[in-house]
Amino acid sequence: MRIVVVGGGMAGTIFANNVARRLTSELRSGKARLTMLTASDKHIYQPGWLYVALGRMTPDQLEREQASLLEPEIKLHVDPVKSFDLGAKHVVTASGKVHEYDILVIATGSRPAAEDVPGLKENSFHCYSAEDALKLYDRLSAFNGGRIVVTVGLPHKCPMIPLEITFTMHDYFRDRGLLDKTEFYYTYPIGRLHSLENVALWANGEFAERGIHQETFFNMKEVDGSKAVVRSEEGSEIAYDLLVSVPPHRGQKVIEENSLGANGWIPTDRHSLHMQGDHGDSVIVLGDTTNLPISKAGSTAHFEAEVAAENVATRVKIGREVRSYDGKVFCFIEAGKDRATYAMFNYQKPPQPRAPNAAMHAFKMAYNQLYWASVRGLL
Amino acid sequence: MELITAMKRAAVGDTLELLSSDQGSAKDVPEWVRKVGHEMERTEQDDAKVWHLFVKKAK
Ligand SMILES: Cc1cc2nc3c(=O)[nH]c(=O)nc-3n(C[C@H](O)[C@H](O)[C@H](O)COP(=O)(O)OP(=O)(O)OC[C@H]3O[C@@H](n4cnc5c(N)ncnc54)[C@H](O)[C@@H]3O)c2cc1C
Repeated sequence: MRIVVVGGGMAGTIFANNVARRLTSELRSGKARLTMLTASDKHIYQPGWLYVALGRMTPDQLEREQASLLEPEIKLHVDPVKSFDLGAKHVVTASGKVHEYDILVIATGSRPAAEDVPGLKENSFHCYSAEDALKLYDRLSAFNGGRIVVTVGLPHKCPMIPLEITFTMHDYFRDRGLLDKTEFYYTYPIGRLHSLENVALWANGEFAERGIHQETFFNMKEVDGSKAVVRSEEGSEIAYDLLVSVPPHRGQKVIEENSLGANGWIPTDRHSLHMQGDHGDSVIVLGDTTNLPISKAGSTAHFEAEVAAENVATRVKIGREVRSYDGKVFCFIEAGKDRATYAMFNYQKPPQPRAPNAAMHAFKMAYNQLYWASVRGLL
Repeated sequence: MELITAMKRAAVGDTLELLSSDQGSAKDVPEWVRKVGHEMERTEQDDAKVWHLFVKKAK
């Protein structure tokens, strides 16, 4: 059985290590083969970019060599895929190599596409890459008061970022003694502060306590940098001194170019995690690049990868898949003032976030390091 | 949120059907549709208590 994993991010790495552990003897004997094709020799812990934007971490702390994270049975090629031929069951990489497979796992993640909103790229700051997080840090440290507007595009990865960036910036300006000169203006696409109803209810209280303004049903239409205003599809206009955005996202270009899914999101079965359509039996999709209407989060990638790994291992051993993904997601929520809470939910059960506390924040800070054990499959 | 994302990709005149088990959506979606200026065609709840909201892209 030839298993080819495309993408060495959270989902791809957790999947491959988990399979390698379950199939060690099959991989050693040559009964199975596990290959990873990825775009970078570095593995990046993206959640750390939030802390980079606030001057609490540096980008090098968030990077490891991809090869150092993988089980020895995994054959790693830093050679991104350029084309997919699902009918012929092979992929072709940038270097021109052809990799044939029996099972293909696509986990190429997502990318911010600020250019999808006119004026957003030029006029807003965000934390969706190390470079952008550093630019946001520079802007925040030079900011001496005025109105900060937070705008949110759809879809985006990490559902908690809109709230977290607001709370943590609020802390940052409190620490700099600038709160009385700084006005926070939070916008959100739907009629409440967050997509998860209970999280929205909880956030309402936190906003009221801090005096953060909110405008819901705000979907960015365009940003006019010359007037420093952002306009919404719903017809309103907000002036800003600093615009902090959560850009709308897309899947990778290679997914769009190969017509695997509109905007780079691959149609995926919500339980089996197989691609929908003719070639689904041999194609599994994990992490951000699925079109599932659930959070694009590391924890989603993690839980999906565990289910898929068990299924691929049992397919090799007993010829059938045994597990179904229940939609499980776990997200920490940084609530500011060195406190955090979390939301845990699945397809059936909505989250019930508790009051934030210091212990949960300490756990999140610890998790930022524990991640490296988790992605190796040691946790 | 799924509806907002899908609406951006749809063509004027298309009708989209949103399925939701969330009472909040059944209330919020018509409000959003009115604000943006699309058209709410109809809303139904099936036996499994799932809401089906039909929205036509008007602009
Ligand atoms: C600021 C920020 C904060 C976040 N905070 C949290 C959080 O607190 N909790 C949480 O759960 N999640 C969080 N996330 C989200 C989380 O990082 C992502 O959801 C997660 O990384 C998705 O995993 P993935 O494997 O789908 O994609 P990624 O981890 O992005 O990996 C994609 C991989 O595909 C590779 N690739 C790309 N193109 C190709 C190609 N053509 N061929 C081969 N390989 C390719 C890339 O090199 C990369 O290795 C945060 C994200 C950001 C940006």
